Amino acid sequence: MNEYDIAVIGGGPAGLAAAIEAKKHGAGTVLLIDREMELGGILQQCVHNGFGLHIFREELTGTEYAERFIKELKELRIEYKLDTMVLSITEEKVISMVNKTEGLVNIKAKAVILAMGCRERTRGAINIPGTRPSGIFTAGTAQRFVNKEGYMVGRNIVILGSGDIGMIMARRLTLEGARVKVVAEALPYPGGLVRNVVQCLEDYGIPLLLNHTIVDIKGKNRIEGVTIAELDENRKPIGGTEQFYECDTLLLSVGLIPENELSKGADVKLDPITGGPVVNESMETTVRGVFACGNVVHVHDLVDYVTEESRTAGRNAARFVNGEAGGYGPVIRTKPGNGIRYIVPHFIRRDKVERSVDLFMRVDRIFTDKKLVVKSGDIVIRAINKAYMRPGEMERINITAESLKAAENLSLTIDVE
Amino acid sequence: MYDIAVIGAGITGCSIARELSRYNIKILLIEKNSDVADGTTKANSAIVHAGYDAKPGTLKARFNVPGALMYEKLCSELDVPYKKTGSLVLAFSPEEMKTIQKLYDQGIANGVPDMEIIGKDKVHEIDGNLSDEVVGALYARNAGIVSPWELAIALAENAVENGVELFLDSEVTRIEKMNGLYRLHMGDRFAEARFVINCAGLYSDKVNEMVAAPSFKILPRRGQYNVFDKSLGNFVNTVIFQCPSDSGKGVLISPTIHGNIFIGPDAEDIEDREAVQTTLEGISYIWEASARSAKGLKPNAVITAFAGIRARSSTDDFVIGESKEAKGFINVAGIESPGLTAAPAIAVHVADIVKGLMGGLEVNPGFNPVRRRVVRFMELSEEDKRILIKQDPRYGRIICRCESITEGEIVDAIHRKAGARSLDGVKKRVRPGSGRCQGSFCGPRVMEILARELGIDIKDVVKNNRKSYILAGETKDNSLYEDIHDIAAASRKV
Repeated sequence: MNEYDIAVIGGGPAGLAAAIEAKKHGAGTVLLIDREMELGGILQQCVHNGFGLHIFREELTGTEYAERFIKELKELRIEYKLDTMVLSITEEKVISMVNKTEGLVNIKAKAVILAMGCRERTRGAINIPGTRPSGIFTAGTAQRFVNKEGYMVGRNIVILGSGDIGMIMARRLTLEGARVKVVAEALPYPGGLVRNVVQCLEDYGIPLLLNHTIVDIKGKNRIEGVTIAELDENRKPIGGTEQFYECDTLLLSVGLIPENELSKGADVKLDPITGGPVVNESMETTVRGVFACGNVVHVHDLVDYVTEESRTAGRNAARFVNGEAGGYGPVIRTKPGNGIRYIVPHFIRRDKVERSVDLFMRVDRIFTDKKLVVKSGDIVIRAINKAYMRPGEMERINITAESLKAAENLSLTIDVE
Repeated sequence: MYDIAVIGAGITGCSIARELSRYNIKILLIEKNSDVADGTTKANSAIVHAGYDAKPGTLKARFNVPGALMYEKLCSELDVPYKKTGSLVLAFSPEEMKTIQKLYDQGIANGVPDMEIIGKDKVHEIDGNLSDEVVGALYARNAGIVSPWELAIALAENAVENGVELFLDSEVTRIEKMNGLYRLHMGDRFAEARFVINCAGLYSDKVNEMVAAPSFKILPRRGQYNVFDKSLGNFVNTVIFQCPSDSGKGVLISPTIHGNIFIGPDAEDIEDREAVQTTLEGISYIWEASARSAKGLKPNAVITAFAGIRARSSTDDFVIGESKEAKGFINVAGIESPGLTAAPAIAVHVADIVKGLMGGLEVNPGFNPVRRRVVRFMELSEEDKRILIKQDPRYGRIICRCESITEGEIVDAIHRKAGARSLDGVKKRVRPGSGRCQGSFCGPRVMEILARELGIDIKDVVKNNRKSYILAGETKDNSLYEDIHDIAAASRKV
């Protein structure tokens, strides 16, 4: 069985950044594995701009952003396998994979970095009533058809859910000559970034109906239309508000789910809220030497943050294989308080924080003119004024190593106050 | 000219066509949809019933038990997954225990083997997640689960291998009675046959009325289902029924042959035979009703919903036999539950009817009951996987990540007799798109493979029927802009 220092599962932005960073920090043999025919993951179907503002201080398209990392990966001569599916990962870090040229291959790694990304929630998962005709796509599948393969998915479009990919596809399809009639969102606020609401919907005159959902799908062969109704505060349809929209295509942008089937096989503990692995400040999971980064951990809004997080994972995986990881020391637990859905990382080993650590979180509802307050017991470690917070946008707080020393009872709580 | 035309390629028509292919006769199997197993056969509870439900003396009772007993051999010949899981009918009160006793007695009268009335403790020993309110149950070890559409597809494939001709996309719209034969019109073409077997499911009354006065009516009854992710796969290990009511066998919780769990169906009488939509009311009802058997299923583990329509006859039993008015026209209609279970036994019986009408049948010397094995890559040993990929590298390329289905399996499903021609056709045969991502990842790749293997443009790949197109054209296609020519002309003038 071939042995590697580090195996990285997934060649999207997370896997690329992690592999590169690991190599730069002294990992000997690094192998990156991806199931697609090319590296870059979903970035390869993101032809729109808005990538790289934090990392490169310039605005790139998704493909350009990916290209920079792919180039660096190749310059560093990091080994990678494409069109290769990982079938399983064991706790002992034996990875079983299969492809056309080598067949079934097992390798053993000293450290594994999970970077499988996420998948889209489907119609079935949200139980939309109606018939089951063709013409219903998840937004990402439509994006792949339009941007990568050059095919139109339809002409008269309705979009359910206001996730970022859905809104970006509203603009993309409009530019390709299709008519996007409406975007319906069941929640009282948009699912994605405000900048996408403005640049992808408002600028093109596409109506966004908040507190609305689809209550019926019509069409025997191809979809012929949907009925949209307003929802009351318990998210039940209000009788009499139903409106029929004729369409030949329905796009779904109703959420993303971290893809952790392989992680379960490696016995990695998952957080039921994020759907991703429980991790510490080094992005190490509950299995020693198994790291995770990017959307497999929690769904991000911006790829730049994925890159930062993945560099942390790569750097620490290299330390681990080089025997520099050391012991645990005091461990601080992060706890979501009032108004916070989750915090990543879940644990901070105080001695392992060099200068500072970023805490990522999402609020559970809309807040205006509030504070994000980080406390340990009664001691306020950091407080930030926030004019506006909503679940669609991830919040980030930087905590210095110095201030962590105050976390005396080894727990950090974050509240909206 | 055919000896026999079978109208309808669902489980009933496919079973009969395959049974008749044992004999030296010319058989035509006609299906209005673009694939076999595309009606009720692809949307039902997928249960092989033990046989205690049917009232003694009915045709349902007559064919259920022998049908169930034929499954093991049939599925092994055709390489179709089938599992004898056993079933439990739960009782929640002493009153319902009386119903259980009645079902048991009925089962004995129908000749059902391996039944037992069991108490609460034994029920929980069999399936630990069941409700504490259960007081006892009827346990029938002979019940099982199967994939009905895979069985029908396998039967059709085997029938075609043994000489049956299959017409798809061919709706019989008119039947002419001629001298000693029938002329079946399908759009602008026709076929002639000496005998016709009407297995038209939801439309079997309409087809009967093409040659005879109405003698039964199909009263469509819809049932809705939710299917759960495989992570809940062992939530129950047996088929869980509640005590039956007038409208059917009640809401089930059951494992599927592929390792999922489903709940359903409700029973709703409807007019429209095409109304296979799910509804808010229907889905809420099956949640409410199934929660009585077991709690703990979560809505966020649902991967899909579907509805199927039972072809219930106004006579409240199967309608099987030669029409009184039309010689040589055999109705096999009203095949609702336990129709799937009964189908193999019905097929043998119909073959006997045909033998009677034709004065005996000569055996087809080339008949082979065994279908070429289906490769299920993930079920192979590591060694066999390696060997297979060496022989055919397409088995080393996984297309469907949820169900781990390889390109090799998909290509095989396309090139078999009665093979897949659409996205759903591939899904029904080898299951890419049946998992938690519901095809959002593998759909485009399966379409590429279909286009390549069938030699068609990817834009012509459909979901199931001919009008269910998936791609609407190419991007940068000027014809999308209705007024492009006006705009171009206007700009030239400037």
